[in-house]
Amino acid sequence: MARKTKEGPGEINAGSMADIAFLLLIFFLVTTTMDTDAGILRQLPPPIPIDAPEPPKVKDRDVYVVLVNRNDQLLVEGELMDISELREGTKVFLTNPMKSENLPQKKLVTRGEVTEKIASFKSYLAAEPDNSSYKNGLKKWEKKLNTINLLGEYMELPGSAVISLRNDTETSYDMYIQVQNELTRAINELRDDLSVEKFGKKYSELDKAFPDEKKMIFAIRQVYPQRISEAEPNVTQTP
Amino acid sequence: MSKFIGTKKKGQPAISTASLPDIVFMLLFFFMVTTHMRDKDQMVQVSLPSATEITKMTNKAMVDFIFVGAPLDKRFGSTPRIQLNESFASIQDIQLFKETAKESRDEAEWPLISTSLKVDQDVKMGLVTDIKQELRRIGALKVVYSTNQGVK
Repeated sequence: MARKTKEGPGEINAGSMADIAFLLLIFFLVTTTMDTDAGILRQLPPPIPIDAPEPPKVKDRDVYVVLVNRNDQLLVEGELMDISELREGTKVFLTNPMKSENLPQKKLVTRGEVTEKIASFKSYLAAEPDNSSYKNGLKKWEKKLNTINLLGEYMELPGSAVISLRNDTETSYDMYIQVQNELTRAINELRDDLSVEKFGKKYSELDKAFPDEKKMIFAIRQVYPQRISEAEPNVTQTP
Repeated sequence: MSKFIGTKKKGQPAISTASLPDIVFMLLFFFMVTTHMRDKDQMVQVSLPSATEITKMTNKAMVDFIFVGAPLDKRFGSTPRIQLNESFASIQDIQLFKETAKESRDEAEWPLISTSLKVDQDVKMGLVTDIKQELRRIGALKVVYSTNQGVK
C-alpha cells in the first residue's frame, strides 16, 4: 500500500482487455453475415389486361427466339445450340454485321430526320399541349438527338427487334440464370466496345452520378437496347 | 529441488501479451465493417447459381427477399418451398408480404422497392414462373435474380 502511493495512482490492469475484445469479436462473427447481395436486375412487364387487343404481329426476323427445354437444352432460332455459342449468336442478331435478310434490318438515323421530327412534334404540342402521345413522341426523338450528339449518326435496331426467352416448367433455375447471363453479357460487351471506341471508357465504368456520363449511358442504350422478353407461361411450348 | 525451480524462473521470460488486445480489436473492427447483421433465419436450403453480369444491390433497405428452396428441416420434406420473412408461405401470401413491406416504408421510396429472388439453383422454373407472375399481378415489377459472382 505504502509503495503504491509512492509510484503514483498506479496502472489499471489491462490484462482482461483482450478477453473483452475476443468476446465482442466472437459476438460479431456469429451475428453477422458477409454476403453482399448481388444479382441480375430485371424489370418484369406489367400484367396484360384480359380485354387487351391482340398485339401486332412482329416479323420473324425481328425476334431472336431462345427456347430452353426440360432437359436444359437450348433451341435458338429453331436450331440446337450450346450455351457457349449463345453470346456470339446474340451479338450477331443485335449487330447484323453481314446485312443479312433474315436478321433485323438496321436503319441509319440521320441528324436531319431527327431535327425535322422534333420540330414537327413541337409544333403539334404547341397546338395541343396536353396530348401525351405527342409528348412521348417528342421525348423519343430527343433521346435520339442526344445519341447523335454524342455518337454521331448511328444504325438503329428496329423497335420491334426483341430477344424472346421461353422456358419449360421443368427447366432448372440454374440454366435459366445462365441463359439470362449470356444474353446480358452479349449486350454488355457490345455496349462496352462501343463505349471504349467513342468515349475511351467502358460502359460498365460510366457512372450515372455524373450528368455527362449519364447522357453517354443513355446514348449507348439507345444503340443497343436491352430488350429481353419473357413469354407468358401459358404460351410456353416444349421444343 | 528448490534449486531447479529457481533456475526455471530465471530462464524464459513470459511473452508479452500487451499487444493482444490491439490485434483482436483490429480483427473486431474489420468484421464490424465488412459484415452486416444477419436479420433472417433461413429455413430453406439456398445455393445460388453464379453469373457474371451482376448488379450490386446498394440500398439493402429497399429490398424484400423471397427465398425458395428445399426445407432445411427434413421433416418438411424435400419439395422446394417459398420462405417469406421467417415462415413457409404459398404463392398467395406474396401479395400480403409485399403490401406489408410497402406500408412500412415511406411513400416517396415506393418506386425504389425491389424484390430479390434468392432461389436455389436446383429449383425448377415452374415455381419461379408462378412467383414472377404473382409479382407482375401485384405490380412489383423490379426483381433481382440473386446470384453469386461467377468467373468469366
